[in-house]
Amino acid sequence: MDVNPTTEFVLHLADNALILGQRNAEWCGHGPVLEQDIAISNISLDLIGQARSFYQYAAELQGNGATEDSLAYLRNERQFRNCLLVEQPKGDWATTTLRQFFFSTYQQLLFQQLLSHSDERIAAIAEKTLKEVNYHVRWSSEWVIRLGDGTAESHRRLEQAIQDLWLFTGELFTSTHYEIESGVDVALLRSNWEEKIRSNFEEASAEMPTNVFARTGGKTGLHSEHLGFMLAELQYLQRSFPGCEW
Amino acid sequence: MHTYIRRFFYGDIPGQESGGAPNPQGPKNDWPLWEVFIRSKQGLDHKHVGSLHATDAQMAIENARDVYTRRQEGVSIWVVKSQDIHASQPEEAGELYDPAADKIYRHPTFYDLPDQINHM
Repeated sequence: MDVNPTTEFVLHLADNALILGQRNAEWCGHGPVLEQDIAISNISLDLIGQARSFYQYAAELQGNGATEDSLAYLRNERQFRNCLLVEQPKGDWATTTLRQFFFSTYQQLLFQQLLSHSDERIAAIAEKTLKEVNYHVRWSSEWVIRLGDGTAESHRRLEQAIQDLWLFTGELFTSTHYEIESGVDVALLRSNWEEKIRSNFEEASAEMPTNVFARTGGKTGLHSEHLGFMLAELQYLQRSFPGCEW
Repeated sequence: MHTYIRRFFYGDIPGQESGGAPNPQGPKNDWPLWEVFIRSKQGLDHKHVGSLHATDAQMAIENARDVYTRRQEGVSIWVVKSQDIHASQPEEAGELYDPAADKIYRHPTFYDLPDQINHM
């Protein structure tokens, strides 16, 4: 994909939001209780709204007739720039809420940095989105504490989720060429992120993992086996009936 | 005959297409019920809008935010545990409310107001 770094960076932000939005949407109708079903679906819709803002801007930057829909529905797996964390299966409620906590905390710090980004459009989207993200952090961090301090079973599930997801968090802070060339330093966010996670884990009586191995690749298009299946479902209609509307 | 019944709660369903039936004895029954009051805009009263389940007050407020204010219905939320609300009984309605029916002099409708006074 031959695109300029800002376009690729905006696509990366859009793909992160779309893929996690799609993942969370899998809970719709299956939430643990009605109220939380609505909560996670709301977050899903917030993320898809973010994705739209970023795709619309990416489409303008890219030109050549690209639209928000063509970027979401007509790109292949290898063209997606989302991190591996967001494409992992939704798992149980502990996995979903912990992943949301990891991701939203990262987004919160990133968007705070983007508020002063030289590209005004990116800064404006970050500003608009930050309120939603702050709520996602609040909601998900409380769930992590609730599960960690809940029953033996909920604690065990949280610990399992931490083990399953931790190796995907390092990628968030591993810079790609398009982030660097867009003037964004994600590595700077790491210590604040870890601090927030650590203090939350302390409240949740959960161990902070010490392993440092990080799976990377998603941000440059090398995805885990899960993304293809998601895109198959997400893109099926537009692929089968190009341009269809309803 | 051995009957094997496996219980699934929502959210714990393994990779099955069909999902699991919600268990009526499921965890939601363990969560207390809360009554929700929303103020739709500054200066108005909080009004009762419904109820929901939550483990604690914090979660009740957030659930109320997600369930009752997602279409900009409110600027402030109160939640109260349903068990803390005491209500008059319908069968007491006679002694409680009927005696007021024939005391029309309690309505301030017997005063002649000067024309200059508006909005009364």
